[in-house]
Amino acid sequence: MQIEEKTKIGYYPGCAITMGSSSEEYGTSVLRVAEEIGPELEEIHDWNCCGASSAHATNHKLSTALSIRNISLAEQSGYKEILAPCPMCSQRLIVSQNDVEEDEELKKDVEDAIEMPCNGGVKIINYLELIKNYCMDEIAEKKKKTPKDLKIASYYGCLLLRPPKVLKFDDPENPTSMEEIVEATGATSVDWELKTNCCGGGFTLSRTDVVLKLTNDILECAADAGADAIAVACPMCHANLDMRQKKIGKEYNRKFDIPIVYISELIGLALDLGPISLGLNKHFIDTESVVNAFA
Amino acid sequence: MSKKIGVFVCHCGTNISATVDVEKVAEEAKKNNPGVSYTTTYKYMCSDPGQKLLRDKIKEEGLDGVVVAACSPKMHEHTFRNAAIKTGLNPYHVEISNLREQCSWVHPDKPTGTEKSIDLVRMMTEKTRKDKSLNPIKVPVTKRALVIGGGIAGIQAALDIADGGQEVIMVEREASIGGHMAQLSETFPTLDCSQCIMTPKMVEAAQHENITMHTWSEIESVDGYIGNFDVKIRKKARSVDLDLCTGCSSCWQVCPCKKIKSEFDMGMGNRTAIYIPFPQAIPSKPVIDRENCILFKDARKKNIKPNDSKVCRKCIDACPIAPVKAIDYNQVDEIVEEKVGAIIVATGYKELDDTSLYGEYGGGKYKDVITGLQFERLASASGPTEGAIKRPSDGKEPEIVVFIQCVGSRDPAKGCSYCSKTCCMYTAKHTMLFKHKVHHGHAFVFYIDIRCAGKGYEEFSQRAIEEEGATYLRGRVSRIYKKGEKLVVLGADTLTGSVVEIEADMVVLASAMKAQDDATKIAQAVYIQYDKDKFLSEIHPKLKPVESSSAGIFLAGTCQGPKDIPETVAQAGAAASKVLALLSADELEREPVVAKVDRSPPPVFSTCIGCFYCQKVCPYSAIESEDIKARDGSVIKTVARVNEGLCQGCGLCAATCRSKSVELAGFNDEQIYAEINALEFN
Repeated sequence: MQIEEKTKIGYYPGCAITMGSSSEEYGTSVLRVAEEIGPELEEIHDWNCCGASSAHATNHKLSTALSIRNISLAEQSGYKEILAPCPMCSQRLIVSQNDVEEDEELKKDVEDAIEMPCNGGVKIINYLELIKNYCMDEIAEKKKKTPKDLKIASYYGCLLLRPPKVLKFDDPENPTSMEEIVEATGATSVDWELKTNCCGGGFTLSRTDVVLKLTNDILECAADAGADAIAVACPMCHANLDMRQKKIGKEYNRKFDIPIVYISELIGLALDLGPISLGLNKHFIDTESVVNAFA
Repeated sequence: MSKKIGVFVCHCGTNISATVDVEKVAEEAKKNNPGVSYTTTYKYMCSDPGQKLLRDKIKEEGLDGVVVAACSPKMHEHTFRNAAIKTGLNPYHVEISNLREQCSWVHPDKPTGTEKSIDLVRMMTEKTRKDKSLNPIKVPVTKRALVIGGGIAGIQAALDIADGGQEVIMVEREASIGGHMAQLSETFPTLDCSQCIMTPKMVEAAQHENITMHTWSEIESVDGYIGNFDVKIRKKARSVDLDLCTGCSSCWQVCPCKKIKSEFDMGMGNRTAIYIPFPQAIPSKPVIDRENCILFKDARKKNIKPNDSKVCRKCIDACPIAPVKAIDYNQVDEIVEEKVGAIIVATGYKELDDTSLYGEYGGGKYKDVITGLQFERLASASGPTEGAIKRPSDGKEPEIVVFIQCVGSRDPAKGCSYCSKTCCMYTAKHTMLFKHKVHHGHAFVFYIDIRCAGKGYEEFSQRAIEEEGATYLRGRVSRIYKKGEKLVVLGADTLTGSVVEIEADMVVLASAMKAQDDATKIAQAVYIQYDKDKFLSEIHPKLKPVESSSAGIFLAGTCQGPKDIPETVAQAGAAASKVLALLSADELEREPVVAKVDRSPPPVFSTCIGCFYCQKVCPYSAIESEDIKARDGSVIKTVARVNEGLCQGCGLCAATCRSKSVELAGFNDEQIYAEINALEFN
C-alpha cells in the first residue's frame, strides 16, 4: 500500500482534552490557535486511549500496545509528526515508541496485538515543541494585543521533561521554552523555583493530602515570586492547581486567587481570539484578570 | 649437540594435582622425547626443598635446559631462574609451563586437564631446546629524582628521597607549594589544624639542601628511560625575580585589581593581580596574574611589550628593591633542562566543579550551596572569613546547614561511578567544625552509606552523631530551591520511608574527587597509563601500588585515585623508597628480554626497510631511528633501532614487522614455531 505523505500534523487529543471532557478548553484553544497561525492539524482517525496511569501501572504490554496503535494509525495515514498536547499522552507515546525500538520481542507482540506494523519514523511532539518549531515567527507577526504588566510563572510539571534520556526535550532541571513563548505573547516571565516540581498528578483523588501539600508549595512559590497567573501545558497540572485552589487555601491558611491558564489560551489572547472561544470561561479560578490584561 | 632437559611437575598442593594427573604428565614428557633426560613430580616446587631438588638435579644429571610445570611465570619464574643461577646454568634456559592458571584452575575434569597439560609441557620442552643464554642489560643511573607536584604527596616524597641522600627536583605549577592540604581547615580524625602540620613540611622542603624547587612551572617534555630521563621544565614567566624579591608585600598592597576571585579560597574570597596565594606560601614571593592585570590587558590590546604600557605601574613603583626592581613585566617563559634517574608523579586531584551536572541543586545559581573545599576555606583561620562560618550570600551566620554526601561520587549518571573515599569523614568533620563555631546551629547530613574504614574513623563519625548532635538521614536529596532567604532541601529518609523537607540556611555538597583536567596530558607526557576516570594507573593494584606502567616512573597521592592524607603520605613514602632503591646503584640491571632490529654485514646493513610500523605500535616509545652512514658521512639507509632502556619486551614490534627484522630475545620465531609445531604434529 502506498502511503501518501502529509504536510499536516497528526493531532492526537487524548481523553483529557478532547471535546466534552474535563479539560476541553486546552484542546479547544490549541485548535483555535492553530486555525489562526497554523500549522494545519488533523485529528488521527480512530485514535484510542494512550494507556496513561491505569494501563501503564498495571500492564506494560497493554499500555505499550495502546500507545503504539495510535502511532501506527498516524503512520498509515502518512503523518510525519504527531502533536500530543497532553504531556501524559506525549510521554506515553514517546516512551512506548522507545520501548519497542529497544525490544524486538515486545515490538512483535505489540504488532500482533494491534494487527498493524510499527515502523517508527513518526515524531511525537508536545505543544511547547510545536509552538517553538512552527509558530514563533507567526506569533510575532500576527500578535494583536500586548498585555499590560502581566507576570506569568511558567509551570512545566514533571511529565513534559521526564524521563530526560527518552524525551530529550529542554533542560530537565531548568527548562526555558515556555518562558520564551510567554515572552513572545508580550507577558513578563517571572523567575521562580518550582517550575518542574510535581503537582501530585493522578493522586488527586487517592491521596488528596499529598496533592494539597505539593500544589500549595507551587502556588506559594509562584505567588511569592510575584506571578499574576501560572501558565501550564498539562491538563492534570491545571486540574490540581485550578480546581483545588480554594481547598489548599483552607488547609494551609493562605488565600490564593491565581488564575491557571493554558499556554495556548495565552497565545490566543495575544492573537485577540475571543476568550470564550479559547475556553477561558471554563476555569474554577476566574481568568478575568488575565483577559483584562490583554484588553 | 642436543640439550639435556629436565621436567619438574609441581602438584601445587592439590591446586594442580586435583585436576591434572601429574605423574602421567611427567611420564609422557619423557616418552618419545630423547632430549628429556630427567622427569619428576613434587608437591611444592617453590618450597625450599623443591628448589633444592631442582638445583641438585641440574648438577647431578648435568641438565642444560629445565621446564618447571607449575603456576604462572608471573609468580615463580624468578624463583626457579634464581635457583638455576646458583648451579651456574644461565637462567634463560629455565622455562615455566603454566599448568595452574591456564589449565587446572579453568578445567573441571582430570582427563581434559591431563591431556592439555601433556601438550603444554611438550610445547615448552621444544621451546627450551631452542633457548639461548641471555645476559642482563646494564644501564647507567642518573642519581637524581624528579617529583611532579608540590602537594602533600610530592612534598613527602621529595623529603623522603632528599633525606635518603639523593637530589630531588620538584616541579609545582602553582605559585606556591602546598596543594589542597594547605587549603584545609582541620584534619580528621584528630581535628589538628591542617596548615599547622603542613607548613613545617613545606618549610623543610624549601630549605632542604637536596631539593631544588621550581614553582609556577610545568613539565614541558620527558624523554629517555629508567635511570636516564631527560626532562624539560617550563618555568612560566612569574614577572617577579625570585632572587631579588624579598616578599615584603609592598606590591600587592598597592595593586588596584582587588576583585579577582582567589583560586586558593575556592572563589570565596578575593585577591589582587600581583599576589601570593596564601600567607604561608612558599616561596613567599608574588606572581602577576597576567590574564587579569590591567597593565598586561592594556599591552595585549595595544600589541605592545608589557613594560611599555603606562596604564598602571603601581606595583613596580612600590617595589623597594634598588637599583634593579624585583618586578620585571617583560619576563618570558624559560625552559630548564634536567637529567634525572627516576620520576614521581604526584599531580593530585580536583574537586568536581561542573555545577551544570546538578540542575536539581540549583546548577550553581545559589550562592549558599557550596562545595566541601569551599566549606574548608570558610572554616579555615586563613580563609576569607577568618574562620567564622558565614554564608556567602549575605554574610549571616547559618543556623541550619544541610550536608549532602556523594555529590558526583557513586553516581554513574553523573560520570563518577567510584567512591571518593574521603567525603564521609570530612563531612563528619564539617558538622563538628560547624557545631564548634555555631553552638546553637544544627547540622543535617544526607548519606547513602557511611564508609569510615580507618584507624579511629568510625569512632570519629559516631562522635559527630552522638556527641556533636548531627542528624544523619539515609537518603538522597532530590531538589534544592530557594524560598525567601532559606534554601528548601527536599530529600528522602529511606530508613523511616518518609519525605524530608528542611529549610536550611546553607547547603554543603560533598563533591567528588576527580582527576585533574589535564591528567591525560601528563600521562601522555611521561608514557603512563590511566583508567576510565583518568586517574593514573598503577601496574598492579595489590602488589605494585606505586609503580606506573613505565619503568622508573612512580605514582603518589590522589593522581592515582581518591585517598585521604594518611594514605597519601604512606604512598608517597613508598614511592620514595622505590626511587631510593633505584638510585642506590650506579648501574641498573634489566631483563634481557628486549627486541632487537637486525643488523647485517654490508652491503645489506639491515633487513629493516625503514617503514617504522614498529614505532607506531610501540607503547613505550622505545623505537628510535638510526642512520647507517658510509665512511664519508653520507646516509646509506635509515632503519629502526630499539632503545633497550625503554623496551619492556612486549613483542608488538616483532609481530608487526613486515620484513621479519625485529626479534624479541627469548621469544624469537624459532622458539615460537618450535612450540606451535610441538602441538600440531602430535
